[in-house]
Amino acid sequence: MSTLSESFLTAGGLVLAADPQLLGIVTLSLQVSLTAVFFASCVGLPIGAAVAVGRFPGRKPLTVILNGLMGLPPVVIGLLVYLLLSRAGPLGSFGLLFTPTAMVIAQVVLITPIVAALSRQIVADAWRDYEEQLRSLGASTPRAAFTLLVDTRFSLSTAVLAGLGRAVAEVGAVMIVGGNIDGVTRVMTTSIALETSKGDLPLALALGFILIAIVLLLNALAHAVREWAVRRHG
Amino acid sequence: MADALLTLDALRYDAGDRTLIRDVSLRIEAGRRTLILGPNGAGKSVLMRLMHGLIEPSAGRILWNGGSGRPAQAMVFQRPVMLRRSVLDNVVYALDLAGVPSAERRARALDVLERVGLTALADRPARVLSGGEQQRAALARAWALRPRVLFLDEPTASLDPGAAAEVERLIRVIADEGCSIVMVTHHLGQARRLADDIVFVDSGRITEHTPVADFFTAPRSAEAGNYLRGELAWA
Amino acid sequence: MGMIRRSFIATAVAAAITLGAPFARAADRFITVSSTTSTEQSGLFKHLLPVFQARTGIEVRVVALGTGQALDMARRGDADVVFVHDKAAEEKFIAEGFGVKRQEVMYNDFILVGPKSDPAKAAGVKDITDALKTIQAAQAPFVSRGDKSGTHAAELRLWTAAGIDLDAVKGAWYRDTGSGMGAALNTAASMNAYILADRGTWLSFRNRADLTVTVEGDKRLFNQYGVILVNPDKHPHVKKADGQAFIDWVVSADGQAAIADYRIDGQQLFFPNAVK
Repeated sequence: MSTLSESFLTAGGLVLAADPQLLGIVTLSLQVSLTAVFFASCVGLPIGAAVAVGRFPGRKPLTVILNGLMGLPPVVIGLLVYLLLSRAGPLGSFGLLFTPTAMVIAQVVLITPIVAALSRQIVADAWRDYEEQLRSLGASTPRAAFTLLVDTRFSLSTAVLAGLGRAVAEVGAVMIVGGNIDGVTRVMTTSIALETSKGDLPLALALGFILIAIVLLLNALAHAVREWAVRRHG
Repeated sequence: MADALLTLDALRYDAGDRTLIRDVSLRIEAGRRTLILGPNGAGKSVLMRLMHGLIEPSAGRILWNGGSGRPAQAMVFQRPVMLRRSVLDNVVYALDLAGVPSAERRARALDVLERVGLTALADRPARVLSGGEQQRAALARAWALRPRVLFLDEPTASLDPGAAAEVERLIRVIADEGCSIVMVTHHLGQARRLADDIVFVDSGRITEHTPVADFFTAPRSAEAGNYLRGELAWA
Repeated sequence: MGMIRRSFIATAVAAAITLGAPFARAADRFITVSSTTSTEQSGLFKHLLPVFQARTGIEVRVVALGTGQALDMARRGDADVVFVHDKAAEEKFIAEGFGVKRQEVMYNDFILVGPKSDPAKAAGVKDITDALKTIQAAQAPFVSRGDKSGTHAAELRLWTAAGIDLDAVKGAWYRDTGSGMGAALNTAASMNAYILADRGTWLSFRNRADLTVTVEGDKRLFNQYGVILVNPDKHPHVKKADGQAFIDWVVSADGQAAIADYRIDGQQLFFPNAVK
């Protein structure tokens, strides 16, 4: 119990003091995860829409695979990306290991299936309502997929947020490919892991509270924007 | 004999192991207003979707103008599917898909919106319009495509009487421009007001195709007679 | 339609630029050092590296792992310098041709940590091997790193020295955790178990619960740290000059003094012993 209250106080103190080190870590966390979400969305949304709308052989197994990949274990992704980016690996010459870019790559691999699977579900639901109308108007399958992505944009924000939540909260992959280097690749989750292993549980928990607060804040913000947009655009 | 606008030749449609349309042959002449009647589950909507090409027949042929080409056509559904964008952009989108040059789309869209009385709402998000307004927007979207045939699947079924009357009026205007109308309805009064011809469908078959006056006074098929007696008893 | 698409693309491009920009970091001159959790978590590097960077302008990026993993990382060419504490493993690394030369930097010592209640009656035993024997005989809970780290290697050497064949006597009392020093200490704290730890991590460790130092001071608990430049012949991209500059500095009088300066609660954690 005392650890809990101490953590709340520590978290409050860190936030009120705008601790520069904390600020750097939070900023890096958000930069890495937002960048990863951006690229994951660029890839995942079209894939989701294509699988929802397209009529091609292997669509059903692909749906199952997409849904399954949502649960990719971060540590395994981290390890795979590590071996790819390692100097001894096929992409070693780029020297990307232990950089924020490496963390972005790992997170993109991790969350693209999440964005793709959730957007597939959302677009498939909308497709049931839209299919006859769009086909009547003569929309090609790619065009229909694009139209649905635009039209379900408010719902798709949920898929993107789910990806962001997973990216920000994930530790296994970024720890391995980022190396938790102070000031370079140390993010919220790896800081929490580090403070835990230093036995500073109150500080670790305080950082955890801050992380949760940030995730909640992002979701609340997105929710508010979405509510406003739905009221305006129907 | 001149080629009919639309000829259905021994059409069959199977869904799984059920046959929804069996051995349907039909000729629809250009410029007519044809209304399709029949009990629930008779296959009216399926038949219309076959005509419009939304589904492929399991057997038989569909010929437009004796096989010389599919004319411009559009369809209006019972529940209008408006895209999440402005009313104007909904019409512009349809014109884009139809290959209308981008310079012309806006003017053409504004023109049809004026004709359906939605000019004032052109920049409103289509999804926040009332049901009647949305259906008029759907009609405008179809009309903008300058169809030679307009398919309508119970377009007034979800509307209040005022909105339904307005939609009926617009259908008449579109027909008067020379567009052929093929429409499914449940509403006998509407059929009487709008139709030149009635096609009666029962259990996936066409039992008769008669001018509207004959249909209501002296239906040729026993199924249509029964249907009329049943419906009128409720009316 | 066109407008929607244009504004979407514009937003996307803007987002990509904004998000990508911060990754273009200022410090281009840096080396990567693979090291151990003990040096990182004890706070030594936080004390040492700013001094080195001020002297040379070289940023040192530390990836903290167990010694075994740190050496493996260097074997793959992912580090310029290794800074670890397992002499046997380090010499093997050199013999394999991955390292240029091993230089000793500093030492501290291992300690046997255990519950204050001391169920095995090991407290105050002078000989660490005797202490281990009493723990094994009492079947008192013992937490092992089990992660091929320097501390794990030292622990295994001590069991052997005590004449105990771990494989033969391992039971529920011996918990192989496969984790870093801090995580293993957390486990020991919650289980009230004995554990072999390095003094640096112990001194900076906060979650001690009922744990205390049970045995210390035996010569065999000596813990030597070494530093090695990764062989540029094996991995041509190794930053040879800057890596060597770091090694030269930590074994220099200036670097050694900086190591000796580092204290927690007045206690010195590491003792410089580089041979010049």
